[in-house]
Amino acid sequence: MNLTFAQIALAALPFLPLAGFAVNGLWGRRFKETTIGIVGCGSILLSFLLSVFLFMANLSGSFATVQVRLFDWIPVANGSIGFSLMADPLSLIMLLVITGVGLLIHLYSVGYMHGDAGFARFFAYLNLFIFFMLLLVLADNFLLLFAGWEGVGLCSFLLIGFWFTNESYNAAAKKAFVMNRIGDLGFLLGMFLIVFTYGSLNFDQVFTAAATAGGANNATIIAITLLLFWGACGKSAQIPLYTWLPDAMAGPTPVSALIHAATMVTAGIYLVARCHVLFSLAPFTLSVVLAVGVATALLAATIALFQTDIKKVLAYSTVSQLGYMFAALGTGAYVAGLFHVVTHAFFKALLFLGAGAVIHALHHEQDLRNMGGLRTELPFVYRIFLVGTLAISGIPVFSGFFSKDEILMNVFQHHTVAWGLLFIGALLTTFYMFRLLALAFWGEKRGHHANYVPMNTTMKLPLAVLAFLSFAGGFAGLPEFTGLNWLHHYLSPVFSDVTLHNEPHLSIGVELGLMAFTVLAIAGVIWFYASRFKHLQTRELNQLNGELPWYKKLPANKYYVDEWYNRLLVQPINRLSDFLYRVADTLIIDGLVNRIGGMVLSAGNRARKLQSGDIGIYLYVMLAGASGLFLLYVLLGS
Amino acid sequence: MEIAFYVLAVSAILSALAVVFAKSPVYSVLWLILTFFTIAGQYVLLNAQFLAAVHVIVYAGAIMVLFLFVIMLLNLNIATEPVKPVYMRAYEIVGGCVLCLTMVAAIHTSSFEFTPVNAYDNSIGTIEKLGVTLYNNYIFIFEVSSLLFLAAMIGAVILAKKGDI
Amino acid sequence: MIPLEHYLYLSIILFCIGAMGVLLRRNMIILFMCIELMLNSANLLLVALSKFHSDNSAQIFVFFVMLVSAAEVSVGLAILVMLYRNKPSTQIDLWKKLKE
Repeated sequence: MNLTFAQIALAALPFLPLAGFAVNGLWGRRFKETTIGIVGCGSILLSFLLSVFLFMANLSGSFATVQVRLFDWIPVANGSIGFSLMADPLSLIMLLVITGVGLLIHLYSVGYMHGDAGFARFFAYLNLFIFFMLLLVLADNFLLLFAGWEGVGLCSFLLIGFWFTNESYNAAAKKAFVMNRIGDLGFLLGMFLIVFTYGSLNFDQVFTAAATAGGANNATIIAITLLLFWGACGKSAQIPLYTWLPDAMAGPTPVSALIHAATMVTAGIYLVARCHVLFSLAPFTLSVVLAVGVATALLAATIALFQTDIKKVLAYSTVSQLGYMFAALGTGAYVAGLFHVVTHAFFKALLFLGAGAVIHALHHEQDLRNMGGLRTELPFVYRIFLVGTLAISGIPVFSGFFSKDEILMNVFQHHTVAWGLLFIGALLTTFYMFRLLALAFWGEKRGHHANYVPMNTTMKLPLAVLAFLSFAGGFAGLPEFTGLNWLHHYLSPVFSDVTLHNEPHLSIGVELGLMAFTVLAIAGVIWFYASRFKHLQTRELNQLNGELPWYKKLPANKYYVDEWYNRLLVQPINRLSDFLYRVADTLIIDGLVNRIGGMVLSAGNRARKLQSGDIGIYLYVMLAGASGLFLLYVLLGS
Repeated sequence: MEIAFYVLAVSAILSALAVVFAKSPVYSVLWLILTFFTIAGQYVLLNAQFLAAVHVIVYAGAIMVLFLFVIMLLNLNIATEPVKPVYMRAYEIVGGCVLCLTMVAAIHTSSFEFTPVNAYDNSIGTIEKLGVTLYNNYIFIFEVSSLLFLAAMIGAVILAKKGDI
Repeated sequence: MIPLEHYLYLSIILFCIGAMGVLLRRNMIILFMCIELMLNSANLLLVALSKFHSDNSAQIFVFFVMLVSAAEVSVGLAILVMLYRNKPSTQIDLWKKLKE
């Protein structure tokens, strides 16, 4: 077999982080922190360089997609499932984001986790996560994708519960794991249905079969896509499976940045985009996706308005932004959704790492009520945070502006009401982000932290790079009327068969008008908050400490969703388990076994008295038995 | 022939009973030797001369001498056996008789038709024939039995030795 | 020619006398001798059957039985001597505690 260089690079790509995991996991305890850092970051750096190489090769047109089959994984009758990797423009974009942002976050973690007892373990887990994530985006069949999908879920579980001595962190990890499993069930069922319908799990074969079979909106394809979307909901924290993500903030902040903002939670978006052939054949599912996305975006944004934990605000913001991405996918604008994945990875990683910097400086203080006035104390972090906030709010030329604008534009063409809701969501986004900024950095100092932990270069460098990317990343996807939408052009081979985009395009005038309207509204929100923040802040702080009116209490308590889940699902299941434990297990099964055991025991106790040690008796019994047998023969035989 | 068989059989039964009911162990040994001789006589009648010879040598010559040695050396001849109650002895004798009777009855009731597998061969049991069979078909068992003897010898020495080994 | 049944009866009677001896007596040496008697009754039956089948494998078997019983007796008497040293009696009842 003749492998091209690209194929070798592709094959090596995911296994470098795996090697890093093996080294740090097996011998990390004996290494110094520097060595662990070099191993951990180095393996990701090599992967990143390989990704860049593949990307460049693809750009220069040396290949459209590259595939390599490592070995036959599960040999079955018609076409075995291979352990094979594939890179096309969609994978390559994800690859660059994962390895690039991953590299920066690894670098940041070296400083952030300095002195932690589990330093080696942390880097081992992070590397393992990158391995599974790469497997996920490079898989060329559903099963391998699922392997990566489960793997990242595992790593997420391990890293949320990284500080495992804290019981509530463990509970958060378990919650994330169980929620993900609920979603995975849908994915799994979807896969079964795919195998059943198309007889294969290979992407190419399934998509070709589905496209040739045609028949939009038939029941099978709607079922498949709904099940896959159910899986995506679990992984990407959409209604109704979103409650694990805010709790997942128990993990170290770099983990929140890498897994729960930039990469893993976008796996659901990737899955839908990867299966766009199927989804485009099921307009019904797409409208479900749109509805779920819009609802999640709005709901999470309202909750974010009232959170006091700096990471919780960002977590709900992530849920909300993921809702935007799904809304884009729901309108068939896959490129817009992916564009937002990329820019969101930049600015949300930046915001999380910035929040991490604040937490790091304040000796693990996360409560916004104890911050304030940090602008003068941490000027670098403040500037970084400001960039991130402007980017997520959608201020022009920052990256978030372009991606969010593209989404809004696509939704406007599709569904005006959804657009209106998302527009309100965008205003809310701006509001809660500036509230966060103000509570943390503006105003007076409320905490009593005298000495701040200084940041070293390994933490500053990733922040600076991410800040630059958050600012400039949007130029990859300029609005379409400029004709310079590079990303759209680059991804067009993947989405060439999307036929949903045949609606009349908005005129430039309408598009610009909408854009201006949105920007003006956002700017208005900023002006409103910035000019009156002192008054708003003191009122809010008083309220947060005291009693809230009901319309604020509801979102502040996350609409009691956790409580409802607890009451409607968890407690009945617990009660059922308890019932089964007490009645079926203890009473029936254990009782039966214990009773039988007791019978044997007491019979044995009685029988051992026969064993007197008098061999005369033994022999006598033996003879009696033998005589009995012969007697039986005499009576019955002949 | 027939007379010889019945004489030997009756004397074997009588001497066996004497073994069981003799008061002193030495008498028991002597009666047992007699029993073995009658059994050797049966072997001769059955045309198994070699086995008859081996039987006399091994049992009467070796094993019984061993018994006598032990009895004499430990001075066990003084009968100190406590007498069991009569009803127990009765039980035991009846038990043995019942076993005997049921077994005889079982043979009697079974429609026992004896047909020889091979044609009658007068040379069966001669030393020559036995030797050929032993060294052709059973040579491995024969060699292994020497190991058994070695083990028995070592075991006997170790067990009977006084004090620590 | 003597019928085979007579050999069967003879060996059954000898066997039962041996078993009865084991039941009746408590002297270990006599128990031992009774066991030898039972063994011999089985040997007798084997030889008889060997003749009636004209097959000398059974006689080889008897040969090995003798062999094994010789080994057994030597070890058994050694055990007996050892037991006698511990308690100067040959009564089997004294060793009831060996049951466990």
